[in-house]
Amino acid sequence: MLQSVLLGFIFFLLAPVCGAIISGADRFLGARMQRRQGPTIVQPFYDLYKFFQKKAYIVNGLQDFLVIGHLMFVMLSGWIIYAGQDILLAVFSLTLAEMFLCLAAFSASAPYSNMSAQRELLQMTCTEPMLLLMAIGFYLHAGSFLVSDMVLGKMPAIVSCPGMFAGFLIILVIELRKSPFDVSSSHHAHQEMVKGITTDISGKLMGWVELAEWNEIFLMFTFVGLFFVCSNPWSILWAILAGAGAMFLMTLIDNTFPRVKWERMLTIVWSSTFIFAGGNLLVLMLLKG
Amino acid sequence: MQIIEFLIFFPFVIAAILYLLGNSERVYPVRKFIVKGAAFLIMAAVIYLAVRVLRGQMVRTYLEKADTANDFVMAGELFLMCLVTFYSFRFRKILAALLSWIGTIPILWLELSGRAAEGTDHFKFDNLTVLMCLVVGIVGGFITIYAIGYIKDYHLRHPKFPERSNWFLAMLFVFLGAMFGLLFSDNLGWIYFFWEITSVCSFLLIGYNREKESIENSFKALWMNLLGGDAFMAGILYASLALHVGTLSDLQQVDNRAVPGVMIVVSLLAFAALTKSAQLPFNGWLLGAMVAPTPTSALLHSATMVKAGVYLLIRLAPLMQGTLTGVMVTLIGGFTFFAASLMAIATSDGKRVLAHSTVSNLGLIVACAGVGRPESVWAGTMLILFHAVSKSLMFMTVGAVENASGSRNIEDMHGLIVKLPRLAVVMIIGICGMYLAPFGMLVAKWAALKSYIDSGAVWLVLFLVFGTASTSFYWGKWLGKIFAVIHKSQALKDTTHNGEWQALYPLAAMVIAMCFGFPLISNYIVQPVLNQMFHTEVEPVIGGSDIAVMLLMLILVATLPVAGGIISRNRRGITDQNTRSYMSGINAGDDRHFLNAYGDAQPLYMANWYMIDLIGELKIMKPCLAIAAGILVIMLTIIIGGAI
Repeated sequence: MLQSVLLGFIFFLLAPVCGAIISGADRFLGARMQRRQGPTIVQPFYDLYKFFQKKAYIVNGLQDFLVIGHLMFVMLSGWIIYAGQDILLAVFSLTLAEMFLCLAAFSASAPYSNMSAQRELLQMTCTEPMLLLMAIGFYLHAGSFLVSDMVLGKMPAIVSCPGMFAGFLIILVIELRKSPFDVSSSHHAHQEMVKGITTDISGKLMGWVELAEWNEIFLMFTFVGLFFVCSNPWSILWAILAGAGAMFLMTLIDNTFPRVKWERMLTIVWSSTFIFAGGNLLVLMLLKG
Repeated sequence: MQIIEFLIFFPFVIAAILYLLGNSERVYPVRKFIVKGAAFLIMAAVIYLAVRVLRGQMVRTYLEKADTANDFVMAGELFLMCLVTFYSFRFRKILAALLSWIGTIPILWLELSGRAAEGTDHFKFDNLTVLMCLVVGIVGGFITIYAIGYIKDYHLRHPKFPERSNWFLAMLFVFLGAMFGLLFSDNLGWIYFFWEITSVCSFLLIGYNREKESIENSFKALWMNLLGGDAFMAGILYASLALHVGTLSDLQQVDNRAVPGVMIVVSLLAFAALTKSAQLPFNGWLLGAMVAPTPTSALLHSATMVKAGVYLLIRLAPLMQGTLTGVMVTLIGGFTFFAASLMAIATSDGKRVLAHSTVSNLGLIVACAGVGRPESVWAGTMLILFHAVSKSLMFMTVGAVENASGSRNIEDMHGLIVKLPRLAVVMIIGICGMYLAPFGMLVAKWAALKSYIDSGAVWLVLFLVFGTASTSFYWGKWLGKIFAVIHKSQALKDTTHNGEWQALYPLAAMVIAMCFGFPLISNYIVQPVLNQMFHTEVEPVIGGSDIAVMLLMLILVATLPVAGGIISRNRRGITDQNTRSYMSGINAGDDRHFLNAYGDAQPLYMANWYMIDLIGELKIMKPCLAIAAGILVIMLTIIIGGAI
C-alpha cells in the first residue's frame, strides 16, 4: 500500500516538468512548421514564473477555490494512475477536475466565460465516452481495472485495442486544446472566444490553471504510454516513443486543420468513438465470450 | 408480526383522519402536528424493522390463512374499478375504463371461481423488502413533512385552484400505505391490488388542480399504468392456470429451463414494471406528472411509484439472467438511459429536466436488473437508494425555489447562489449527488459498468458510456447556472417554511452521509440482499483500495468548500484584489450591463445552451418512442411465441 502511494508521488514530480517540456516542444515545433523561429523549449517555465509574479485579480470569492479544486483533482487523477489504482477512478476524477474549471468560468457570469464553460462541458461530453471505453479496453485486455495489473501484462494493450487507440488519438486533440477541436479555449490568440474558459482568470490564478494544464497534458501522454507498456521493461521506451509520435501528430494536426463548429466536433468525435472504440469493443467481447 | 400491519394500515388511518379534518385555518396546526407525528412514527417503524431484520438476516413469511383479507382485497379491486369507471365516464376518457375492466374482471373471476393458485403465505419479507421500506418510509416521510408547508404556499400562489389540501395530504399517505402493502405482499394477487392503488392514486394526485392540462396528463398516467396492470393481470392468470404458482417467491423457485412457460409470466410482469418505471415508450406519463404540486412529483419520481417497478424487476432479476426477457429489459433500459439523458439536455424547465433524468436513471436500474448478475443487482439496489434520496431532495429544492422566486426554469436560477444561498447549497448537494465523481450515484454507475462488461453486453456498455457523457452535460450546465455570481444583487426573500427545511436539511445530510457511508451500506444492507437472492455468499463488489481512493476523493471534495469559505471570509467585500468580469465591453459594475460604444449601459443576458435543433424533445421523442415500442413488441412476440 505504502509503496503504491509513494509511486503515485512520481507523478507530482514528473508531471509539471514533462508537461511543461511537452508544451514548450509543441510551441517550438509549431513555430517551425509555420517557418517561425519560435520560443525555446523552456519558455513555459518562464511564463509560469511570470504568472506567479503577478497579482491575482479575482472576480468573485468562489473563483480561486474552484481553480485550486481543478488543479487538485487533475493531480489526484495522475496520482491514481501512477499509484497503480483503478483507471476508471482516474477518469472520474478527471471529469470532476474539468467540472471545477467549468464552474470557475461559470461563476464569473460573463459572456465569454459563460459560453466557453458550456463549450467545455460539450467537449467533456465528447471525450468522456472515449475515455471510459479506453478504460474498458484496458480492462478487457488485462482482466482488471487496476493500472498495476495492466502494466504487468504479457502483451501491450495496443495489440488488442488498436481501435481504442485510434479513437483516443482523436479525443487527444480535444484534451490538448488543439485545432480543429479547440472550441472552448485555444492556444492561438485568434479564437472568437478570446481565451475562452480562462477569460476571467488572471495572474497567479492563471498560473495555477497553467500548472493544471501541464499535469493534464502529462496525464494524457501517460494514457498514450499505457497502450504500449507491458511487463518487458523495454516497452517503456516504446511508450515514450509513442508519446513523442503522438505529440508530433497533435502539433501537425493543430497546424493543419481549421477550427470546426461544435456540431461537427460532436458528430466527428462521437461517431469515431462509436466506430473505432465500439467496433474494437465488439471484437474483444466476441473473442472473450 | 404487528409491525407489518402497522406500516400498511397506519398510513390509511392517518389519511382518513386528515381527509375528515377538512380545510380551515383552525385545523392547520393540528394537521401539521398529525402529519409530522405520523411521518416520524413511520420512519421509526421502518428503522425498527430494519434493525431487527438486519440483525437476524432472515426471511420471514406470515399470514397463511387470509380469507377475510382476500375478500377485502377483492372488494378493494372492485372499488378501484368503479372509481376509474366513474372518472373516465365523467371526463369521457373511455380507454381508461376499458383497461380497468380488462385488468380487474378476470382477476375477480379467478378468485371467485376458486382457480387461483394458493401459495403458502401472503406476506413475506427479506432484506430487499427492508431496504425498500427504508427508502419509502424515510424519503416518503420527509416528503409528507415537506408537503404541509409547500401546499400552503402553493395555494397562496395559485388562488384560482380549489383548495383541497386535506385530500392531497390524505392521498400522499394512501400512497405510502399502498407502497408498504406492495412491498410486504408475496401473493401476486395482493401485489397487483396495491399496484393498482398506486396507479389510481397517482392519477388522482396528478389531476389535483383540475386544470385541463392536469386532467389530460392524469389520464395519460392512468391508461399507461392500467395497461401495465393488464399485463400484470395476464401474468397472474397464466401463472395461476398454467403453472399453479400464486406467489412471487414460488415464481422465483421455478426453474426456467424446465418450465419455459415461466418466462411468459416474467415477461408480462417485466412489461408491467416497465410501464410503472416510466421507461420508453411509456415515459410520457412521468413527464406529464410535472403539472402536479411538487410533493407529488417528488413522491412519484423518487421514492415510491417508479421504484415499485424497478423493485419488481430486481425481484425477478435472477430469473432474467441470460434470457431473452433479460435482453428485452436491458435493451429498453439502456436505450431509455441514453435517449432520456439527451432529451434532458434540451430542456430548460427544472422539473422537466428532473423528470427526464428520473426516466434516464431508472433506465439504468432497469438495465441492471435485466442483466441479473450479482454485481449488477448490487449496482441496481445502490442506485435505487442514492437516486431516491438525491432526486427527492432535488424536487423539493426546485419546488422551494419556485415558491420563493416564482419560477422553476433553470434560466431563472442564474446566480441562485447569491439570490437564495441556502437553497442553492442544498441544490448543489443534490446535483452533485446525482452525477459527480465521489458521490453515490457514480459509485453505483461504476459498478453497473463493470457488470455490463462482464455480462458481455456490448450495446449496453455503449449506451452507458454515451449516456453518462450526456448526463454530465445537463447537470453541469445547471450547476453552472447556480454558481454564477452576480454582484450587487439583492438576496431574495427565502419563503421556505420551517417544515420544508425540516425535510431538506436531513435529506441533504443523508446524501452526504450516504456518500461517506457507502461501504457500510454495501456491507450491511445490500450485500445480504444479494446473498439471499442468489443463495450464495456473493463477493463484495467494490472493495479494498478502491474504497480508500473514493474516500480520499470525498475528503478532498468536502474540504474544498470549507477552505474556500475561509478564504473568502478573510477577503470580505471589495479589496484591491477584486475586479469585475469581462463583459465583451466594460462591465458596468453589476455583471448585468456593459458600456457600449456611446458609454451607455447596455443590458446583457446569458442563456444556457439547449441544442433544441439537434436533440429537442420535438425532434427525437417520436423516433425514440417508435424504436422502444418496436423493441418491446418484437421481443415480447418472440418470447411469448417461443415459450408457447
